[in-house]
Amino acid sequence: MTQMVCQVDRTHAGEKVVAKVKKNGFSSTSLQLDAAQSVDSISKSIRQSLAKNLKRRGSVVGLSGGIDSTVTLGLCVKAIGPEKVFAVLMPEAGVDEESGRLGELAARHFGVDYTSENITPALEALGHYRRYAEAVRMVIPQYGPGWKSKVVTSDTLSTSGYTYFFLVAQEPGGQTHKVRLPMKPYLEILAATNFKQRTRKMIEYHHADRLHYAVAGTPNRLEYELGFFVKQGDGSADIKPIAHLYKSQVYQLAEHLGVPAAIRERKPTTGTFSMDQGQDEFFFSLPYDKMDLCLYACNNGIPAETVAPAIGLTVDQVKRVFADIDTKRSTTRYLHMPPILVEGVPGVSC
Amino acid sequence: MDHDLERTVREFIIKNFIFEDDGSLTPETSFLDNGIIDSTGVLELITFVEETYGIKVVDQEIIPENFDSIHNIASFVERRLISLSDARCAAAN
Repeated sequence: MTQMVCQVDRTHAGEKVVAKVKKNGFSSTSLQLDAAQSVDSISKSIRQSLAKNLKRRGSVVGLSGGIDSTVTLGLCVKAIGPEKVFAVLMPEAGVDEESGRLGELAARHFGVDYTSENITPALEALGHYRRYAEAVRMVIPQYGPGWKSKVVTSDTLSTSGYTYFFLVAQEPGGQTHKVRLPMKPYLEILAATNFKQRTRKMIEYHHADRLHYAVAGTPNRLEYELGFFVKQGDGSADIKPIAHLYKSQVYQLAEHLGVPAAIRERKPTTGTFSMDQGQDEFFFSLPYDKMDLCLYACNNGIPAETVAPAIGLTVDQVKRVFADIDTKRSTTRYLHMPPILVEGVPGVSC
Repeated sequence: MDHDLERTVREFIIKNFIFEDDGSLTPETSFLDNGIIDSTGVLELITFVEETYGIKVVDQEIIPENFDSIHNIASFVERRLISLSDARCAAAN
């Protein structure tokens, strides 16, 4: 099989990165940025976008209690002041209950007005729980009330070419089952869980509409570039202030903005399933700090031989991660696409 | 190589992934390299192989060598059917 090649930035910026790596070596410090300058630059971009492009009076931020939404909130406040930012907490019963507490902490810390809207009744009405349980029972017939579950990926580091998925389900008594998901139940589970992101985004836009505000999306670069979002769900927004930042850089901004330690020290989760699930279990091949460096290397033509010692993996493993990055970009290109018009419509341009 | 196998696989790929047969799909065309089948698509291939030929695909068999072209799939299915037949004969004796 032909080895896929990571997209390489051959602009002047990319050449500068390669020169910097040659001079200083490759490590986590390669992602160090000037946090103060970055905050100023992003704040200015938010102000200009609201005033000139979006023509909106403020911003709505959906708060999950995680680092990305908290930093997005902090940047919006820095840009336009707390009185022009509205936060929405959207908890779900029985899932990641720590998020609600941390989301409130973030909102109070940055001094914004906020509300909490529980999405459980909406999910119930949409049939999310019924559809999800029916899909799980396609592979675990005894699945029922009191069970917990999550979806995890195959191990990219030790397999090559394909990513597939397993359902992990835990009985009320604690015994766990792990089953590879065939296509139909996998798609049914995915479709059922996507209701959550789309319901949350619907609520954010409700508040944006009534306030004449813009919705600030919260994906970081790993999520945005590799397609870790739901179309018309968390992928939807009017502005995405941190989509260009690697996750490690989001943490640097968090420290600069004074984000509370409880939020900065929390492990990234998906907040989607009833069992605790890390983002590296569900989508990314590695923990975010290593994934950041692999994506950065991939984007800047830094070879696997240079990356491997910096992150404690073998060269072959890094090459598999590079191939996985290419595959994810290709597979999720659809999520970034605007609607395809069969014929152009003159007079409408974005 | 069983050409009926290759033909059946080819028809499945065209009907479900490409929709048009412009003659460019050869038995050796790499699905991954040509963007024909992604990660979700391989799940569909596995389901097709399992349901059409009564084979159970184990995790270790989900590799490009078995699924990344018409020829690879047909060869994989042929090997598995032969070993299935051998196992049945051995059980019968």
